[in-house]
Amino acid sequence: MSQAIARLPRPRALLRYLWSLIAVPLVSFFLALLVGAIVIILSSTLVLKNPFDPTLPLTAYQALAQGAFGSFNSVVTTLVITTPLLLAGLGVGIGFRAGLFNIGAQGQFLMGAVGAVAVAANMQSSPPAIAIPAALAGGALAGAAWGFVPGLLKATSGAHEVVTTIMMNYIALASLAWIVKGPLKEMGSNPPTTPDVGAAALPILIGSTGHLGILLAFAAVPIAWFLLFRTTRGFEIRAVGANPDAARYAGVNPRLMIVLTMSIAGMLAGLAGACTILGISHRMNTTFQTKVGFDSITVALLGRSNPIGIMFAALLFGAMRAGAPPMQINAGIPVELVDFIQALILLFLIANAVLRRLLRLRGVAGAEQTGFQTITRSYGRETLT
Amino acid sequence: MRGITKRYPGVVANDHIDLDLRQGEIHALLGENGAGKTTLMNILYGLAVPDEGEILVDGQAVRIAGPSDAIARGIEMVHQHFMLIPVLSVAENVVLGEETMANPVFLDRREASRRIRKLAGRFGFELDPDAKVESLSVGQQQRVEILKTLYRDAQILVLDEPTAVLTPAETEEIFVLLRNLAKDGRSIIFISHKLNEVLEIADRITVIRRGRVVGERRPAETDDKELAELMVGRSVQLTVDRGESHPTEVMLKVEDLHVRDDRGNEVVRGVDVEIRRGEILGIAGVAGNGQDEFVEALVGLRRVASGRVWLNGRNVTGASPRQINEANVGYVPADRHRFGLILAFPLTDNLVLTSYYKPPFAHGLVRDGRAILAAARQRVREYDVRTPSTEVAAQTLSGGNQQKLIVSREFGGDTTLLVLDQPTRGLDVGSIEFIHKRIIEKRDAGTAVLLVSAELDEVLELSDRIAVMYRGKLVAFVDGRQADKNQVGLLMATGGATDETHEATGTST
Repeated sequence: MSQAIARLPRPRALLRYLWSLIAVPLVSFFLALLVGAIVIILSSTLVLKNPFDPTLPLTAYQALAQGAFGSFNSVVTTLVITTPLLLAGLGVGIGFRAGLFNIGAQGQFLMGAVGAVAVAANMQSSPPAIAIPAALAGGALAGAAWGFVPGLLKATSGAHEVVTTIMMNYIALASLAWIVKGPLKEMGSNPPTTPDVGAAALPILIGSTGHLGILLAFAAVPIAWFLLFRTTRGFEIRAVGANPDAARYAGVNPRLMIVLTMSIAGMLAGLAGACTILGISHRMNTTFQTKVGFDSITVALLGRSNPIGIMFAALLFGAMRAGAPPMQINAGIPVELVDFIQALILLFLIANAVLRRLLRLRGVAGAEQTGFQTITRSYGRETLT
Repeated sequence: MRGITKRYPGVVANDHIDLDLRQGEIHALLGENGAGKTTLMNILYGLAVPDEGEILVDGQAVRIAGPSDAIARGIEMVHQHFMLIPVLSVAENVVLGEETMANPVFLDRREASRRIRKLAGRFGFELDPDAKVESLSVGQQQRVEILKTLYRDAQILVLDEPTAVLTPAETEEIFVLLRNLAKDGRSIIFISHKLNEVLEIADRITVIRRGRVVGERRPAETDDKELAELMVGRSVQLTVDRGESHPTEVMLKVEDLHVRDDRGNEVVRGVDVEIRRGEILGIAGVAGNGQDEFVEALVGLRRVASGRVWLNGRNVTGASPRQINEANVGYVPADRHRFGLILAFPLTDNLVLTSYYKPPFAHGLVRDGRAILAAARQRVREYDVRTPSTEVAAQTLSGGNQQKLIVSREFGGDTTLLVLDQPTRGLDVGSIEFIHKRIIEKRDAGTAVLLVSAELDEVLELSDRIAVMYRGKLVAFVDGRQADKNQVGLLMATGGATDETHEATGTST
């Protein structure tokens, strides 16, 4: 898929190619909505003893869409929620391309936020033009470090990244609590909280909440795409993911690529955390948490580890998260429905092979590492030597 | 089988094929890769449904909807890739699916072993029923596969390229077994593209080309030349004219090389050899005598335990694959799917797999798609790789075309040394002819060529000098033009322990 996307083939072939790319994600999404609809009806009639109402799912989905895109402010909210999902999703997707299943976006996100707030707290008196890039860089570096460690462990000892990144998530959680209560605690705060990010706060560009991070996230899409598909480094990353032995034959050092890819993935998730703290929360307490880490895995899968696909997937998830509270208020459907639908999407995506057969798709575009292979292959055989 | 037709989108895989198999007959099905042999056999075995035509067993039309139907009619298939469970014993593998039970819970191992010993004895071969399959040689594993079919009392056996993985001696043994089976009244379909084997074993030969039967012959009425022409559809040069070699200076020099395999066993145990520019050194040897590890160590894919490798006078011991590649060494790996190609990537990427990072294919970090495409198109044309476009994934090509892809990449430019590990494994006559010619061309252009092949004929045909590898050592060197097949075969099997006339020296004269 690498070259084909830019070297436009004939229209019909292009259409077929595009269809083969998006069919599975699209069908997964609609199947999830369908099952979601059934559950809405069932829970309404059986659990809440409401009269049977076949239009309830439509009402719910309409409220969801309305909440996500119905007004200027809701669109801005959608974009704000999309931002960290997009950045972290890109990171996870690049990992998938290299055959790495990075479950550590969670920890990388948290450390990114810690890194950003740590820098910001010490640059209260600097001008924003210096404080903002510095704080973002701090977050990116901290996230990258949290990706670098599992990468290094895998490259040197073969320790599987699924295991080590999960461990790193716990370490991040505990470190965050300690840092907020200890080194970064604002004098006299109770419960313990870090100082405000002050000069490093991201400026609001649109609406009342649309911060600079949105631009950053969407700018990262073409950059990630260019890296993966137009540079030699991206070729090496994809080669290691698709066939590590052949990559070695080609003169690529797979260990180096693993460390590099994990660091890039961590950096992107770290940026997501930095944007969240600098753009939205501005302060951190010990309960600072996020769902971004795990949502970003589904986003990357749904986007087929292609930066452009990830952008659309992140927008979709962002819209669902943004539309959920208005849906609960206006249609009386609990916000958890969104979690439910996201989980269903993931389930259908992983049933990829079955879906492809039902859709009569052959492995046209599904051949390269797009995440499905990475998470569904057996972990018995490690080809690093 | 009568009038069998099977269409796939864009191709007619089987076009009104008639095939009749008599009791007690060995019937060879000969054809190039992609000729439709496998499709036909899949239809017989119930793995594919024909669009037209019918299958008759003992004169009665039958419908075979799946392998279980086929097995019920006594039709069994032995696949090229064995379907055995390595950690189980021979007996356990054989009875799998039709276990002999001591009681409802436990398997009666003793009874299973007894039956298998009896069955093997009846057809004149020996096999320890209690041995673990993973401890068996490839030839023995194949016998387990055949035993499996006999245990289920197969009347019709389909063997798909059974000799592809065997040594000459093992091939002889399997032939004896097949003849015994035929004598016992069982019918055998023997799929192959090796002409000499087909001529040796078959009672009748049916040749298929592009989905059609193009001829039926008896071995006595024909020869390899005619069969090859039928198969390919044009006259084929079966043995390449290797001409005179003019070796010049030493290009590769290996001194006392020791290499370990993945499990840490020393499988290359002191190899000394020199190869000059303009000569082909063939390494003959039964697979698994350290050839692959030797080659991988030369090209930097495997660590050298001890010893020295000199390339053009430069010490390259322990150099990385990239460094070896930069020294203009071409390498065709034995396992093209593992090392040679990234199957999921398009041909363009695969054609620059070892040069993607340097001009004209990349400028700094940025790849040059246009230059890559131009080079890919040119190589595909020059090496006649059959493909709809250079953008399709390498996995969509046939084995022969995949191999041509690798050859076009590795043979390109001004190579100093070519390391060829099984360069024609699994390929059809036409592709073999093509690649052999290119090898000779490279030699004549002054490249040193190291050729490793399990096909003794290939080594004998191409090599200027032949080294026999046995248990990690080069035990004998023979002049390629005077080598005698039996003599080399004996050296391969015994390492020359009984034959002291051949001095093991690594330098050419």
